[in-house]
Amino acid sequence: MPSTIRVRAIAGTETTEVQVLIQHPMDSGFVKDAQGNLIPAHHIETVQFEAGGKTVFTALWGPAVSKDPFVKFSFKGAKKGDDLKITWVDNMGATDTTTAKIQ
Amino acid sequence: MRKIIVFITVMTIFGAQSCLAIESLAPEKDFKAFRGFFIKRFPKVPLDDFVNGPYSMNQDMRKQWIEKEELPPYDFSVDRGKELFSAQFKNGKTFADCFPNKGVGIRQNYPFFDEKKNEVVTLELAINRCLEANGEKPYSYLNDDMAAVTAYMAFTSRGKPFDIKVPNNPRALEAYESGKQYFYQRRGQLNFSCASCHVQNPGERIRGEMLAPALGILNAMPIYRSEWGGMGTISRRFTSCNSQVRATPLEPQDSSYRNLEYYLSYMSNGLPISGPGARP
Repeated sequence: MPSTIRVRAIAGTETTEVQVLIQHPMDSGFVKDAQGNLIPAHHIETVQFEAGGKTVFTALWGPAVSKDPFVKFSFKGAKKGDDLKITWVDNMGATDTTTAKIQ
Repeated sequence: MRKIIVFITVMTIFGAQSCLAIESLAPEKDFKAFRGFFIKRFPKVPLDDFVNGPYSMNQDMRKQWIEKEELPPYDFSVDRGKELFSAQFKNGKTFADCFPNKGVGIRQNYPFFDEKKNEVVTLELAINRCLEANGEKPYSYLNDDMAAVTAYMAFTSRGKPFDIKVPNNPRALEAYESGKQYFYQRRGQLNFSCASCHVQNPGERIRGEMLAPALGILNAMPIYRSEWGGMGTISRRFTSCNSQVRATPLEPQDSSYRNLEYYLSYMSNGLPISGPGARP
């Protein structure tokens, strides 16, 4: 199974810019299917970014975030070649993690 | 009065004769007129840029799109398509056995006119026929796996110009003409034809959306549409266009839709495949 996480992390002069796309249904729990049955809530609750053993960014997500979410941010203190570890956990306990090299 | 009647008679005879003589040339003539119309209407848009649909018409949207293309939303679908494409069927064969050049870099040759069966064969139809011939269950024509496989096949064909041929065969010309008629025929409660939006009003807004030009519109297929929240095939685009003008959509891959795809693809001959695409 291919990773559900796509990363692009590019080190600039001062900060590292990170872009991440995650494949996830992000069902809010308020939508019904074609038969009229409620689709149970199924969404990511936390996304964590770690660089050099430190957490640089944590996102707390809920049902309002869209399907296949995209997140972009920048942080200081990393350089080209460092590892960036990304982990998400959803409300059903499913999780995925990936490590990318900062370019 | 007599003069007029004579005039009309002469016109009719002349009209009928010239019609017979140029019938086989009609697609070529249409092609020139169609492309000429868009070039004249949008002199600032480079020809190859029409395949980028609304992004060729609006700078703001273009900026956002370029940023989006760094991590395109159709990426997951292309990966899934690659997986399905190389997976073995129960009999040990794969999609590569059904297509010329093992299915790589061939998107630009579809749809084609099958002179043995006398029908237009689209890529989506060919994929499902391949599955059926190998004892597999066909895909839904609208999304998911069909979109994934066509996305992967388009991806391997990026940059190759559409190369649709209308053979000099009355049945092929008939299919072409039927597709052309479908394109210009008004339908639905809103009384729109395909051309009402995509020829008369590309670059204009229809509520929050920007209409794409018909020239090059199929080059970007299949597409990830944010409005759909997922991928969609050409079949999905045609059926949803019909619903939007409040007409009853036909079955996906109905011969009318295939003929329409044939006509539209022929009109975009020479423009590069840019699919899979991302649209708002």
